[in-house]
Amino acid sequence: MSTSAGSVLDLDGVQVRVRNGPVVIDEVTLDLRRGEIVCLVGESGSGKTTTALAAFGYCAPMLTISAGRISVDGEVLDDAVDFAAIRGSLISYVPQNPSTALNPSMRVADAIADTMRAESIEGGNRHTRAIEMLGRVGLPATEDFGQRYPHQLSGGQQQRVCIAAALASRPKVVVLDEPTTGLDVVTQGRILDELLRLRDAEHVAMLYVTHDLAVAAQIADRVVVMYGGFVVEEGPTEEVLRRPRHPYTRGLMSATPDHVVSRVLEVMPGIPVDIAARPPGCLFAPRCDQKVASCDVDFPLLEWVATQHQVRCPEWSRTELVDWAGSAAKAAELASDLSRPVVLEVRGLSAEHRTRRGDVVAASGISFALRQGECVALVGESGSGKTTIARVVAGLHPTWDGHLLLGGEPLAAKARRRTREQRRRVQMVFQSPSDALNPRHTVAQALIRPAMTLRAMSRAAAELQVESLLDAVGLPQRYAARYPRELSGGQRQRVAIARALAADPEVIICDEVTSALDVSVQARILELLRDLRQERQVSLLFITHDLGVVAAIADEVLVLEKGLICESGKTADLLAAPEHDYTKKLLSAAPSLSEAIGVWDASGG
Amino acid sequence: MSTATSVARGSRAILSGVLRSNSGRIGFVLLCLAVVIALFGGFVAPYDPYATLGVPGAPPGNGHALGLDFIGRDVLSRVLFGGRSTLLLAGLATVVTYTLGGAIGLIAGFSRSKLDSLLMRSVDVLLSVPALLVILLLITAFGSTPVVLVCAAALVLLPGVARIVRSATLEVSTRGYVEAATARGEPTRSLLLREILPNISGIVTADLGLRFSWAIILIASVNFLGIGIQPPTADWGVMVSENRVVIASNAMAVVGPSVVLAVLVIAVNLVGDAYVRQLDRSGGSQ
Repeated sequence: MSTSAGSVLDLDGVQVRVRNGPVVIDEVTLDLRRGEIVCLVGESGSGKTTTALAAFGYCAPMLTISAGRISVDGEVLDDAVDFAAIRGSLISYVPQNPSTALNPSMRVADAIADTMRAESIEGGNRHTRAIEMLGRVGLPATEDFGQRYPHQLSGGQQQRVCIAAALASRPKVVVLDEPTTGLDVVTQGRILDELLRLRDAEHVAMLYVTHDLAVAAQIADRVVVMYGGFVVEEGPTEEVLRRPRHPYTRGLMSATPDHVVSRVLEVMPGIPVDIAARPPGCLFAPRCDQKVASCDVDFPLLEWVATQHQVRCPEWSRTELVDWAGSAAKAAELASDLSRPVVLEVRGLSAEHRTRRGDVVAASGISFALRQGECVALVGESGSGKTTIARVVAGLHPTWDGHLLLGGEPLAAKARRRTREQRRRVQMVFQSPSDALNPRHTVAQALIRPAMTLRAMSRAAAELQVESLLDAVGLPQRYAARYPRELSGGQRQRVAIARALAADPEVIICDEVTSALDVSVQARILELLRDLRQERQVSLLFITHDLGVVAAIADEVLVLEKGLICESGKTADLLAAPEHDYTKKLLSAAPSLSEAIGVWDASGG
Repeated sequence: MSTATSVARGSRAILSGVLRSNSGRIGFVLLCLAVVIALFGGFVAPYDPYATLGVPGAPPGNGHALGLDFIGRDVLSRVLFGGRSTLLLAGLATVVTYTLGGAIGLIAGFSRSKLDSLLMRSVDVLLSVPALLVILLLITAFGSTPVVLVCAAALVLLPGVARIVRSATLEVSTRGYVEAATARGEPTRSLLLREILPNISGIVTADLGLRFSWAIILIASVNFLGIGIQPPTADWGVMVSENRVVIASNAMAVVGPSVVLAVLVIAVNLVGDAYVRQLDRSGGSQ
């Protein structure tokens, strides 16, 4: 029925379940036409990757494709032999992490040639084709480059090699699983442009998995939004993102940070549905602000709301549009106040950091001041030295030059050399929620320790304040007895923030604290940090690579390029009118939802 | 206090994880059996293990289930008595190894300075000398007392433990919670014992079985060679060695102690493997 002319990939009612367990994805129907990019969008656990893998008959070992029909280029495939025959020739795959996807002992030309083995091309020709493929994905098409090993390439180059390998045997469909997630924005921008060019030049259909709606806005012809293993909304990108009809799509959009329109992010209530415990009615009902009584009972069907736009929500007509202007006005309220005292001052700071690969990241001539209750963001790509600066301030990076003043007093290099009071006043929250907390300590233990060591509280007094700390970060009291492995990533990051608060600090250094989190969770953490600034007058030194996040939280921005501040200023001014070339490059490469929608509005009316 | 509770929680988790697989269950039962025999077998031994009771090398029969040894002592009684020395010495050697090697590994991995190279290069020197040569040298120099045996075995096993603990420490000490504790100005002792040690205990425990079985083999070999525990003491390694002369008339005099020794080592390995498997399943050091 849904098979239209030119359809190269057709999934009809596909269901994947855990063997003898719950379904992971169900009723997934989608089709890809020649030369079309379809984005599968959703947060972790939404089933988007499972769907993408099912497109070529693959699923994780404990899963099984239990129902539905999958056809590639008009042929229905229903057993392992069928799928094995088409993989690599009709349909190919680009995995998320290029550094582990490439065989480290294989030269890149060989890696690309390897994917053409299924075809009857002679060895020599395969090699020539491989070199030619390098050129087609924007790499040097030279013998010399083909002879390199993956470790000699940058992350972006590795991903291009993966894409070249996927395209080498001229497949009809390429499945890409978050291909730019680990890359810098500038590199991401180049890869996205390259994919658009390849779509037009080679007429390949692409199924592109991403958690980032702004990326989808930039690249997709159509988007498919998934939640809890079901498609909840599907349609042409422009149509869906200008007029989202499912409250989940709308919620994701409102939670997506945007550097073009600075605004307060809206927070979706509740937590993502657990596939092992789906509610009887609409999966999104427990989090939905427009639900009616029937939503808790009846499982909604996909409805057509426009010629190509389907939504799994009977109340779709009540979904409001995303309010760009109103939320932007709210953001302006949080302007910083120059009359406030300076808490932390960094003057002429230089520091070096040697990475494991032996590269040297050097920050030099860094100067900035952080006022009470203010948020200063350090922005830059990886290797720009932003984390090194954060670690110097936290007392974790022992060798540096320059001046570091906390409340006018100089700070020693090593945390241990600082006074207890100084250590108390500066706290740090780390990037990775998975290792921010000691797995052997309960939440309560993690929160008691800083109060005891830094505020000289007795154990009893420290235990008393656990309750208020959990309250401050919006976690229920029962979490006090839990171990980190019993918490989600967002919850762990909240505990890490509570641990920083336990010391009653004046400055909190946030090192990429939201980069590992889903957008809806990120929006909540950012909201929490804003509240803390207002209620406790805490200052934030916020390290991030995401300009959208900067727009959502920071008063002032420092843009770092290779260890030097290339531009700094008030967030709104800097984002609206960047002066330095590097800032311009960063801004133009960063995908923006509002910009994409603005362009459509201007062109389409 | 918290360390003690987490250790208690840890050991319960270890046991239930081990018992989840068949090989783990078999290993655990065999291990209990071998340990009970080794430690308490003497209490149920039918005869005095040192009394000469009949014809040397008499085959099983006449109330002697495993026959008589090369000077006419009851083999079964000697097997029941003979595990205690090996098991205790190997156990002690393992404890000493982990205390020393663990401390060296922790300090080396945590310091990230010249101390690291200094400690690890010294350990490498130990590693470069053949194990038996180390033991022979020590015994020749200090005599074959239990203390020397334990120290010699510990010295041989120490480099491996130090290396494993060091690499685990290196990895864990870059984690956010260790950094957070460092930024709080926690003293080194607290960083090592509160933040790092509990989180490498999984990896260390996984290695323990292997080291312990090596210690058993090492001690038994030394005894077999006649440079460890001295006759007439009842000991499995010694028995295998001294009864070789009567292997034709009463093979059980050699097979008996060999079998219990083998069962002990295999059981330790089965339990160790089962633990490693469950560690892999639960994903890392937790």
